[in-house]
Amino acid sequence: MAIDKNSTGYTFLFSIIMVVVVGTSLAYTSLSLKERQNANAADKKMMDILGAIGVDANRTNASELFADYVVERVAIDMSGRELMATSSAVDPKDKQDPFGIDVKKDYRASVKSAVKATDGDEAALIAALSEDGLRFPLFRCAKDGASLYVIPMVGSGLWGPIWGYVALEEDKTTIYGANFDHKTETPGLGAEIKETFFTEKFKGKQLNADAAALFTITKGGAPTDEYSVDGITGGTITSKGVDEMMNRTLKVYYRYFESETRAQR
Amino acid sequence: MSTDTAAAPKKESLFSKKNRRLLKDPLDDSNPITVQVLGICSALAITVQLQQAVIMSLSVLFVMIGGNVIVSLLRNLIPDRIRIIVQLVVVASLVIIVDQVLKAFQPDISEKLSVFVGLIITNCIIMGRLEAFALANKPGPSFLDAIGNAMGYAWILLAVSIVREVFGSGAISLPGMGQVKFLPTEWFMSEGGFYENNNLMILPPMALITVGIIIWIQRSRNQSLIEEN
Repeated sequence: MAIDKNSTGYTFLFSIIMVVVVGTSLAYTSLSLKERQNANAADKKMMDILGAIGVDANRTNASELFADYVVERVAIDMSGRELMATSSAVDPKDKQDPFGIDVKKDYRASVKSAVKATDGDEAALIAALSEDGLRFPLFRCAKDGASLYVIPMVGSGLWGPIWGYVALEEDKTTIYGANFDHKTETPGLGAEIKETFFTEKFKGKQLNADAAALFTITKGGAPTDEYSVDGITGGTITSKGVDEMMNRTLKVYYRYFESETRAQR
Repeated sequence: MSTDTAAAPKKESLFSKKNRRLLKDPLDDSNPITVQVLGICSALAITVQLQQAVIMSLSVLFVMIGGNVIVSLLRNLIPDRIRIIVQLVVVASLVIIVDQVLKAFQPDISEKLSVFVGLIITNCIIMGRLEAFALANKPGPSFLDAIGNAMGYAWILLAVSIVREVFGSGAISLPGMGQVKFLPTEWFMSEGGFYENNNLMILPPMALITVGIIIWIQRSRNQSLIEEN
């Protein structure tokens, strides 16, 4: 067998076969593990939601505790209308279930570019995103006899996405708890947003419904009041990202809360 | 010519002296981390806890064995001009498999290791062994070489992470068992005791210093490793 190993034809043939073999085996691995990975992701989401209301859950008891604490799951649209509410058991596969709304994917697919394009113009942002039919999940929890509202949010840090869950108290203006996470922020700087020393500061703060910004992350040790939290030194852009993410997302839910109070009157 | 082939044993035993050296040398005299100074990045980054180091070592072991054996099997088929890309594709697909399996079965550790699993691809030890050994040797010796080098990498990782976790967190963690704190809580200063965990141990510089101490011990035991200049 005299095949010239260095001929162009052989090189091409080798590459093609290699790519097909590797592609098939990776696709097979990915598909066969998908279900487990999704279940893990759902557990993690439950742990994060419970974490925002100060319930420490682990992977084994997450779904159990989630069922105990989260009494209602609501989906709303960009203008604050309620689309559906359910309190049945969570089915992670059900795309209609508010639990199944992938806010990270929505952010990547449409919110991010719309935020950039509208550049702070809120009405234009609402118009742009309403067209996409975006849905926003809200989790109403009951803890120690009080209602808490957990709001998932996604935004951009310096290098990549950041996300978090903010829990509001029954009055919907007091922050009960918050947790944040990130994908690729700088360790020691922007990455610190996930540490408790930062998230602790949010507890008990207020949202300012009368001002332009509901909440601010201040820079450079500027004095903070009940509507703001000191940002992270050296993590300015990440802190700004948290600020933008909170204001943009909370405003959507504020429209919902307002329409809800009006309906009750 | 005929005498040469006759003198060499037809089938070399897998555990001949030469092959045993393949296993033993990387553990000490040609250790990938302390002597060849390869794969330092991950050794410094994921040695805060023992369990991360264990999972990382197992991942590298798997990728190393798989890569070495596959490349060695294909060594007569791989076109010379694209051999680096072929090695890269082999390593990258093995790493993706490891990453996917970890995500499915060890989600918490997978999260902690985050990018470092993906960075196994760029671990110089692996590409180095593929290029220097597997391309020129049969699968058997390549397999042993892979185990040797992966273990050489692993024991440094484990040693460093044990030191860092014991002194940095006062605990030891193993996959599946979680972190076991073995010091009584009343010893700690916050509880009115006399002991405080050394926070510096958790920070990256201490990994470098710990590796440095291992290199120091190793070279004072084996003077031939000391460079002239």
